[in-house]
Amino acid sequence: MNSEIIKVSNLVTQFGPNKIHDGVSITIGSGEIYGILGGSGSGKSTLLKEMILLLRPESGEISFFGQNILTMNSASLTKLRQQWGVLFQGGALYTSLTVTENIAVQLKEYSDLPAALIYDIVQMKINMVGLPQHAGSLYPSELSGGMVKRVALARALAMDPVLLFLDEPTSGLDPVSANMFDQLILDLRDMLGLTIVMVTHDLESIKTTVDRFCVLGEKKVIAEGSLEDVLINPHPWVKQFFTGKRGQTRN
Amino acid sequence: MTASQQAQLHISDTKQGEKAVLLVSVGDWTVNQLDQAVECLQSFIKLNSGIIIQWDLSAIKNIDSAGMVLFINSYDQLISKGCEIKLIGESTEHKRLYQLVRRFINDKVTAVTIDKTSFVNKVGERSVFFVLNWLSFITFLGESFVSFWHVLKQPTEIRFGSIVKNIEDAGVRAIPIIVLTSFLIGVVIAYQGAVQLEKFGANIFIVDMIALSITRELAPLITAIVVAGRTGSSYTAMLGVMKITEEVNAMRAMGFMPQIFLVQPRIIALILCLPLLIFLADIVGIAGGMLISNIHLGISYEVFIGRLRDVLDVDQVLIGLIKGPVFAWLIATLSCFYGLQVSNNSESIGRYTTISVVNTIFFVIASDALFSIVLTELGI
Repeated sequence: MNSEIIKVSNLVTQFGPNKIHDGVSITIGSGEIYGILGGSGSGKSTLLKEMILLLRPESGEISFFGQNILTMNSASLTKLRQQWGVLFQGGALYTSLTVTENIAVQLKEYSDLPAALIYDIVQMKINMVGLPQHAGSLYPSELSGGMVKRVALARALAMDPVLLFLDEPTSGLDPVSANMFDQLILDLRDMLGLTIVMVTHDLESIKTTVDRFCVLGEKKVIAEGSLEDVLINPHPWVKQFFTGKRGQTRN
Repeated sequence: MTASQQAQLHISDTKQGEKAVLLVSVGDWTVNQLDQAVECLQSFIKLNSGIIIQWDLSAIKNIDSAGMVLFINSYDQLISKGCEIKLIGESTEHKRLYQLVRRFINDKVTAVTIDKTSFVNKVGERSVFFVLNWLSFITFLGESFVSFWHVLKQPTEIRFGSIVKNIEDAGVRAIPIIVLTSFLIGVVIAYQGAVQLEKFGANIFIVDMIALSITRELAPLITAIVVAGRTGSSYTAMLGVMKITEEVNAMRAMGFMPQIFLVQPRIIALILCLPLLIFLADIVGIAGGMLISNIHLGISYEVFIGRLRDVLDVDQVLIGLIKGPVFAWLIATLSCFYGLQVSNNSESIGRYTTISVVNTIFFVIASDALFSIVLTELGI
C-alpha cells in the first residue's frame, strides 16, 4: 500500500434505532483499487454515500488527503467534489440530456471553455470508455444497460478526478460485459493513475480487479486486506462467500 | 493542495529569424484554469500561418486531459496551416498523457445533423405529434369504454378500495380549498352586485343574482377548475412516474390492466365527488353572498332566505350539479391519458403535467360553454 489517501475511522451510523455501522475503520492507499464487500444490508452503499457526503454519519471521522471532510467548509468541499467522480448503481444519468450533454455537464458548469473544446473533450472520454462514436447524440432511455454504465463512467471521469467511486459497477451486466468493464477499470487506473473505491458483489471482479478490500458484517469490518489476507480469515460469512457454490461455478 | 494558477501562454520572438516564434506555456493546464490560454491560442492560430514555432512546455505545473486536448487541437491546427513546430522541455509525464489522449481523440468527423430549427421541420414535427396524440387519445377512450363494459359484466372486478381512497384524496381533502374559493366568489359577486343594484334601489334582487349565478355557473366552474389543478395534475404526475419506474409495465405483466386498476377508479371517484363538491360550493358561495348582503345592503338573513326560496328553483341547482359528472369525466380521463403518455425521461413529466392541466381547464370551460348554449336553446 502506498501513501494513504482516504482514512475512515470509528465510523458510527444510525438510522433511528437501527445501527448500521458501529466503529468501522478502513484505509485506502493512493493508486489502488479498493473493494467494499458485504452481505445485503451490511451498509456498503451507506459507507460509500458517507464518503461522498450524501449521508452524514453519527460519529467518527472520514479524511481525504489527511483532512477530515466532515468538518470542512463549503468552499473547500466544492473543490473536493471536483476531485472525485462517482458512478451510481443505476447510472443516474440525467434523462433529459443526451449522452454528450451528460458528460459535458460539469465541464460546462465549472469552466469557461468554448463549446467546441468541450465537445472534443467529451468525444475523447466517449472513446476512452469504449462507446461507439454515434452514442453521443443518444438519450439515456435509448441505451443498453452496459452502455449506461459506460456513459456513467465517462461522466465520472469528465473532470479528470483523482478519486473514483463506483457503486456496483458490474451488477446487471452479463459476464462478458462485466469482464470488459473490469478490464476498462484496470486500464483507466493504469493510464490515469486513479484511486478507485468500488462496492461490489462480483467475485470475479474481486479476484481480477481489486487490489485490497474490506468485508463489512455485524456492523463492523470483519476482514480487510488483499485476497490472500482475507481468505485465511476464519469468519463464517467470509468462508461462505468465497467457498460457496456460486463462488465455485464462476472459477 | 497547492493553490492553482491560471494557464497562460507567453508569445515572444526568437532571435533565429523573421518567421520564428517562441511559445511558452505556463501554469496549470487543467480544466478550471484554461480559459485565458484558450483565447490566447485561438487568436494566435488565427493570425499565424507558415511560421516556425518553438513551444516550451517545461513551465507547465499540472496538465490534465482537458489541457492535453487543447494542446493537441492547437498543435494539429497549426500544423495544418503549414507551421513547423518544435517542442522543448516536455516531461515523460506529458508524453504519457499525450499518447493516452492522442489515442482516443477523433479525427474530425462531420456529424450528420438534421437542422431541427427549420420552420418547416418544426411544423411537420408538431403536426405529426398532434395527429398521433389524437389517435392515441381515441385508443385510450376505446380502452376505457371496453374496461367499463368489462366491469359492468363482472362487477366484482371493480376496485372499490381504490375508489374509496381516491374519493378521500380528490374529494374529502379538497373540501377546505373549495370552501375557501367558493366563499370568496360569493363575497365578490355580492360586492360587485351591491354597488350596481343600490343605484336603482333594487337591493333585494341581489338574492336572485347571487343564487342563479352561483348555482348555475360559478360553483360548477370554479370547483372543476380547482379540482383540475389540484387532482388532475397529481393524476398525471403520479401515472407518469409509475410509467417511468416501469410500475405500469409490471402491472401489465402480472395481468392487472392499468385501465381497471389505475384509470377507472379515478374516473369513478371523481364522478362521485365532483357533484358533491359543487353542492358544497353552492351552499358556501350563497352563504358568502348572504353575509355581504347583510353587511353592505342591510338585508337580514331571514329576508334573504325567504327571497331565496322564491327565486331559486331546484332545476337551477340541478343544472349546476349535472355538469359535475361531465367535468369529472373530462378531468380524470384527460389527466390519466396524459400521465400514461409520459415517456422515459424526467422532463416529459413536467411537460405532460402542464399539458394536462391546461387542456383539462380548457375543455372544462369549453364544455361549460356548450352547456350554456344547449340549455338556453332548450329554454331551460
